[in-house]
Amino acid sequence: MSDASTLDVINQFLATKGIYSLVLILLFLGLYGMIVSNNYMKKMMAMNVMQVAVIFFYLCFAQKEGGMIPILNGITTDPNLYINPLPHALMLTAIVVSLGTTGVAIALLMRIKETYGSVEEDDVLRRADK
Amino acid sequence: MSQHFPVLIVLLPLTAALLSPFFSLMHKQAGKWIAIAALFGAFLCSAGLLLQVTADGGQTIHYWMGNWMPPLGIEFVVDPINAVIVTMITFVALCTAIYSTPFLKKSNWLYMGGYYTLMALLCVGLSGMTLTGDVFNLYVYLEIASLSGYGLIALGGNKGTLAAFRYLLIGTIGASLYLLAIGFMYSMTGSLNMADLSVLLQDKMDSPLIIMALALLIAAFGIKMALFPFHGWQPDSYTYSHPGAAPLISGAMSKVPAYAMLRFFFYLFGAQHLFVQHGLTVIGILGAIGIILGSVMAIAQDDFRRMLAYSSVAQIGYIAVGLAIGSLYGLIGAILHIVNHAFMKGSLFMVIGGVQYRFGEVRISKLGQIGKKMPFTVFTLCVAALGMIGIPPTGGFFSKWYIMLGAMQTQQYIYVAVLVLSSLLNAVYFFRVLENVFINPDPGLKEINPPAGKLELPLQMLIPIIVFGIGILALGFCNEAIVDGIIKLGLPEVFLR
Repeated sequence: MSDASTLDVINQFLATKGIYSLVLILLFLGLYGMIVSNNYMKKMMAMNVMQVAVIFFYLCFAQKEGGMIPILNGITTDPNLYINPLPHALMLTAIVVSLGTTGVAIALLMRIKETYGSVEEDDVLRRADK
Repeated sequence: MSQHFPVLIVLLPLTAALLSPFFSLMHKQAGKWIAIAALFGAFLCSAGLLLQVTADGGQTIHYWMGNWMPPLGIEFVVDPINAVIVTMITFVALCTAIYSTPFLKKSNWLYMGGYYTLMALLCVGLSGMTLTGDVFNLYVYLEIASLSGYGLIALGGNKGTLAAFRYLLIGTIGASLYLLAIGFMYSMTGSLNMADLSVLLQDKMDSPLIIMALALLIAAFGIKMALFPFHGWQPDSYTYSHPGAAPLISGAMSKVPAYAMLRFFFYLFGAQHLFVQHGLTVIGILGAIGIILGSVMAIAQDDFRRMLAYSSVAQIGYIAVGLAIGSLYGLIGAILHIVNHAFMKGSLFMVIGGVQYRFGEVRISKLGQIGKKMPFTVFTLCVAALGMIGIPPTGGFFSKWYIMLGAMQTQQYIYVAVLVLSSLLNAVYFFRVLENVFINPDPGLKEINPPAGKLELPLQMLIPIIVFGIGILALGFCNEAIVDGIIKLGLPEVFLR
């Protein structure tokens, strides 16, 4: 295989699936962080990374080359020229939900810190078993 | 008025949830009563809806939000099956709200208002999940139910906070996976409406994206309904949740994702597709493992609530097996078991909550001769325990019977063996409780909240307990009416086998 065709394959991959593989890596990075980290705060931040990965996924497939912002500007009403606004609107909701989840998580974490004096998982579990 | 019943079921508790803290600030009892009144209104609406959809041989009501036509707008779809499930949810929520009042006697206005806000929001989330005909709307209701559930679990004390936080981490993974799954479906079809999706997806069912979406849906709903490998959050959450809210959390919260799973697999995708069948087989195997594992773990527990939590893992397994069998009787059994189990598990948590309220004791070994002090509570305990084991005429017998009938007819004898074995294991751990209650000597428990009059518990707790006890028997006696008159009217057109 010549260098040029390898480059073509890579280019082709990056152009079609590159962004999705990055999103996938981000998703699994979040999941991995939630599984391996011992600190509850870090777990929660990894959870946020995972949620952001899902949001990126929606924004990626909503992308369109040469698309216009979806407002009625009097020039055209052809739907092919507009970017689909629905995924963005959905993700606005998902961001709000993620904000709410983070808020509840931090409130619970403050309580855990008050009660057990630590947010490290093994410390907390040891003290909870007493 | 009656055409607005679907939205009122969600709207009334939502309004009450937002108003409850302010009314509590004005008068401590007001927030409580507004929440209970709203839940009662929601129950009446759902009962009215049930009558509407079961009239004239079953019909489906479509409610368009703001009169926006689907697939552009959000619609609520009410068929006989989700009408009966939403009636169950609102009834359990109403009874739980009344039942939990004595636990909050000594609390301040903020706790009181906040508690009833969370309770009403949980009811909103669960009924919305059941009624909605829009996949993204289901995600929003799922998160409403989950977030209020985390709050109610955290109210149970220090260990409850820890359990809630751990559940939050796992539950958020579930919700994110669900969002990813509907992202795949949306990117293929450009629609979020369930009825629309089911039409658009029919010729795309062998695409790898759909396989991925199916796997993600199994994981997402598996986490939310505590199917076997995803059940790690459940024992702690059920054990340490607020004792007043435990009946709703244990009774309804894990059943609704099971119903959503049924809806996705049998109504949205359709069971005639190969990958859906494979997905259902996976669910069935996981459910069967969960049945055995949950029952065995339940035998080992001394904390009554933890035993019930592990038994929930097993009972969710029954529903999963019912879905996996996928024949007429399998599905009837699964749906009937969703309703039955909500009543049985709810009543058992009400019973142990009552004992905890009066004596501050939850260990099975300390329950000796409790029947002499609390006869009505022990009546419900016996009925619910017999229902869990599956002894006629309680409701639990009939749902297990239908599932077993389905397994027999489709020659899946491994499920029959699992169901029989698990009934025996159920008998082991529930007869251990009954033995402790009736035979063991009185351990001399100290009364924390001695009864004021002749009644064993405050009236607000006693009435829901007795109603649930009678309800389990009634579900058993009326099972034919429920199956023929309600469930059979709304079953999917295509079965697995």
